[in-house]
Amino acid sequence: MRWLRKNLVVIAGLITLAYLLLPNVVVTVFSFNKPKGRFNYEWQQFSLDAWKNPCGVADMCGSLSLSLQIAFWATLGATALGTMIAFALVRYRFRARGAVNSLIFLPMAMPEVVMAASLLTLFLNMGAQLGFWTILIAHIMFCLSFVVTAVKARVMSMDPRLEQAAQDLYAGPVQTFVRVTLPIAAPGIAAGALLAFALSFDDFIITNFNAGSTVTFPMFVWGSAQRGTPVQINVIGTAMFLIAVLCVLAGMMVGRRKNKTVS
Amino acid sequence: MTTLQQSDHGGDVRLTGISKTYDNGFTAVRPLDLTVPQGSFFALLGASGCGKTTTLRMIAGLEEPTTGTVHLGDQDVTGLPPYKRPVNTVFQSYALFPHLDIFENVAFGLRRRGIKSVKKQVEEMLDLVQLGEHKRKKPHQLSGGQQQRVAVARALINHPKVLLLDEPLGALDLKLRRQMQLELKRIQTEVGITFVHVTHDQEEAMTMADTVAVMNQGRVEQLGAPTDLYENPGSTFVANFLGTSNFVEAEIMGRAGDALTLRAGDGKLTLPADRCSAATATGGKVLVGVRPEKISLTHADDAAGIADGRNRITGRITESSFIGVSTQFVVDSPLCDAFEVYVQNVERDARLVPGAEVVLHWNPAHTFGLDAAQDIEAGVEKVSEDAAA
Repeated sequence: MRWLRKNLVVIAGLITLAYLLLPNVVVTVFSFNKPKGRFNYEWQQFSLDAWKNPCGVADMCGSLSLSLQIAFWATLGATALGTMIAFALVRYRFRARGAVNSLIFLPMAMPEVVMAASLLTLFLNMGAQLGFWTILIAHIMFCLSFVVTAVKARVMSMDPRLEQAAQDLYAGPVQTFVRVTLPIAAPGIAAGALLAFALSFDDFIITNFNAGSTVTFPMFVWGSAQRGTPVQINVIGTAMFLIAVLCVLAGMMVGRRKNKTVS
Repeated sequence: MTTLQQSDHGGDVRLTGISKTYDNGFTAVRPLDLTVPQGSFFALLGASGCGKTTTLRMIAGLEEPTTGTVHLGDQDVTGLPPYKRPVNTVFQSYALFPHLDIFENVAFGLRRRGIKSVKKQVEEMLDLVQLGEHKRKKPHQLSGGQQQRVAVARALINHPKVLLLDEPLGALDLKLRRQMQLELKRIQTEVGITFVHVTHDQEEAMTMADTVAVMNQGRVEQLGAPTDLYENPGSTFVANFLGTSNFVEAEIMGRAGDALTLRAGDGKLTLPADRCSAATATGGKVLVGVRPEKISLTHADDAAGIADGRNRITGRITESSFIGVSTQFVVDSPLCDAFEVYVQNVERDARLVPGAEVVLHWNPAHTFGLDAAQDIEAGVEKVSEDAAA
């Protein structure tokens, strides 16, 4: 009983972690399955088939590559625009600044389905060809609010005197931005960019409405789930998960080494 | 080193008719003229909101003057952006670049001016401020005093014509502040660059500066050497802001040689005419001031032993507090209800306790006279302000 009382926090923590990670475990475990029928829902036997041949399913790797491309460009576009908006909102006083400040959050608050349908209406009325570009425009639009939020928090905590100090030390406006402003804002910008990439990569609803005949990876998974789920989907999912974990670990190691050299 | 040689002649900072009114209508600095001589240690002293920092920022180019011009030597720099002015600033709370190590912080100015081999200069500068072994640390790993020295090194390495210091010691504790005051004074003497130092701490200004300008509500109240300002203040604001002063209202009775004879209540006081900044016509009113440490306290029983020719006032002690080197008394008298008197603890008279009847007396040469038409309380530091600062 005493032991329980002492370790309650740890136990609660472990249970919560399990709750968070169990789905990932299932995805990983079933990537080694050798299903009997078309559905990968029951454990049959261990196999490396899917890992050896990740692109073995028709069209899957094409959709994956498309999703990665869209995520890349959407991240780039949303981060560039969002960073500029965030700086403008924090640093400058202009007319309708308050309105812009709240309107920028609207895409986050709007139900995604409604937005997706409205966007489709807009694109059709404009006579736009649905496909890569409509998906990209839509993704940049909904990623923007998240980037602005992330960067704004960082810029708000920045001491404007740092930039004044840079100017005082002979750095012109461009030099000041590149040498001082940007490096200090970088963590916020990176957080915004990561968020944008993750959101764009697995967005389904808005993409599905505005893709036309183009198929992204989430759409492919949804489509194949109707007819049977290939094990390769789990392989891709696990691989993405591992890459993310590796990135985090690498980041932590770089941070630790930096601290070691200076202390 | 070329900048240093160039600045040997005509390196004065000259402000002409300079003022600053912000967009919201607040006037921080009223039109003022100020010349800071080349090579001097100049302090702008005043309470928060008096316009001293704004004046400094206009010299740096970080604030655009509403009217007037800024000259460095013969060069009009009024329209130049900060990065084109041969002036560097030590900011309040230092503004060190958190993403760069100490070495790169100090090298920043040199690199921006396209100087390639900075290693030797930076290391010399870091040695000057005794931070050589910390050059690969980040600013947040240093103590406040060390950060302060980095900020000074980062500015000085550029050999500016003028070094501007914006409350550079404000964030340090008292002991460290005293130490850094001497340190800064030493560096200034060593490099010979003009220092313009903004502070609200009167002791700091008096310790370090050759010349102090006392600012109040966007104006320079008085300018001079610390001893002049202290011994001969020109207004109640200066008299109260620099140290403490006692004031008595008096009427001019007449003139005897270089001295004015005054009547205050029933008593008679003497004031040297050249120490009176008010009109000296007979019958005029003046405020007679005297510093607490100039006054001697004698118990009323011994009053007969006081030398002739000294100004004297009778009163009763209401408070006394012992603070080691001296004892501070508050004396109630018919002329002034709270006379402050500081007495050195040399030969303590055991009878001087609250309730004792005493005679306050002092050499008339320590008396100063001010125009009576001003607020006696001007410039008195409020306790709440002190805490905020």
